[in-house]
Amino acid sequence: MREIDVLQVTQAVARLCAEANYFLGDDMLAALEQAAGREESPTGRTIIAQLQENAAIAARDQVPICQDTGLAVVFLEIGQDVHLVGGDLETAVNEGVRQGYREGYLRKSSCHPFTRQNLGDNTPAVIHCRIVPGEQLKITVAPKGGGSENMSKVVMLKPADGVAGIKQQVVEWVRQAGANPCPPTIVGVGIGGTFERAALLAKEALLREVGSSNPDPELARLEEELLTEINKLGIGPQGLGGRVTSFAVHVKMLPCHIASLPLAINIQCHAARHKEVVL
Amino acid sequence: MEDYLRLQTPLTEEVVASLKAGDRVLLNGILYTGRDAAHKRLVELLDQGRELPIPLAGQVIYFVGPAPAKPGQAIGSAGPTTSYRMDPYSPRLLAEGLKGMIGKGGRSAEVKEAIKKYHGIYFAAVGGAGALLAQRIKKAEVVAYEDLGPEAIRRLEVVDFPVVVVNDIYGNDLYEQGVAAYRQR
Repeated sequence: MREIDVLQVTQAVARLCAEANYFLGDDMLAALEQAAGREESPTGRTIIAQLQENAAIAARDQVPICQDTGLAVVFLEIGQDVHLVGGDLETAVNEGVRQGYREGYLRKSSCHPFTRQNLGDNTPAVIHCRIVPGEQLKITVAPKGGGSENMSKVVMLKPADGVAGIKQQVVEWVRQAGANPCPPTIVGVGIGGTFERAALLAKEALLREVGSSNPDPELARLEEELLTEINKLGIGPQGLGGRVTSFAVHVKMLPCHIASLPLAINIQCHAARHKEVVL
Repeated sequence: MEDYLRLQTPLTEEVVASLKAGDRVLLNGILYTGRDAAHKRLVELLDQGRELPIPLAGQVIYFVGPAPAKPGQAIGSAGPTTSYRMDPYSPRLLAEGLKGMIGKGGRSAEVKEAIKKYHGIYFAAVGGAGALLAQRIKKAEVVAYEDLGPEAIRRLEVVDFPVVVVNDIYGNDLYEQGVAAYRQR
């Protein structure tokens, strides 16, 4: 049994909120570079160049890549041999978000759903916990902007729809989303589980390194086929036309009920932000 | 920069009529910010026949909720938000004299119709390029609805703020035309 003070969690979350919003990951910088070489549309190429310049300014000046610094989505993988002390975990995470967004000059976007009153500190965070073997605590902070999150959905397909139905749904949904989720995007796809598990799978899929292959060859093939079809849509950077509509499609899959074929699609804008630490 | 048109706000009838979808523009002068919540309040005031806290005639509204300014900055990162959420309100503001809107993403049929009818113009800025765009904003002050935080109405002074014309008064739509040129399925 290892003791971890929740104060460490607060400090780590605060730091990760700022880092995620200032520093675009190396995988995304490489994806932008690759897209710059692949895009045929002159407007699209100009936009990609602006996004590269934007990422460089954000990192240099330590300012947010995008003004929408998101709701703070926090994934916790808690080793089962960890004993958290010094307070309750959820409060500690929210305090980290509060500090990180205030001290990092990040926009606070959480509001009351009816009155739309801004809550002023970007809490509560959206927290997903998993208990895993070991005595470490892994924290991933993935700020998620509203524009791309709005272009998400869960659909309960019929088993008879099969892989063809999944493909049709995903490509059609990306087409409908058009310019709204700030393409080029990463398309997270969750297949299987239940209604809520499929949605979480789609979100988790967005955390995978862009440019990496799916370890499951069947899913790797599906990802490639989906990406090819999506990039034929012509949506392009910012939806103004072009070849690069998405950088990647990431699929996660779990078994499902014999009566069901849940499918979730969670789109991530080009400001694909997530940072992690292991305590 | 040579293929950009440099324009001054507020926009005149003649300038708006000269713009075509696809034109790249550098805006100079004053922009007012406004998102969902501010638009709702402006339209409510119009419905009540009351005075607005900002002028509309010839003005340009930028759909943005900026990040807070760090010490020494005029404004924090400030890229466009998705425009369709303002669709229920924009036709009313265009009817009252608003000329320009800056956002990202497609507009409803009603908005496109209002752009034609009232001679407005819809520009797109690059979504997610908030750090870059903030450098073109030289001054920012809250002029209404401070309680809305990032959604308050701000008066921005911009220099060479880069946008592209998406919807013009002739019914052109750059999103439709741009995508059609590259569609392969």
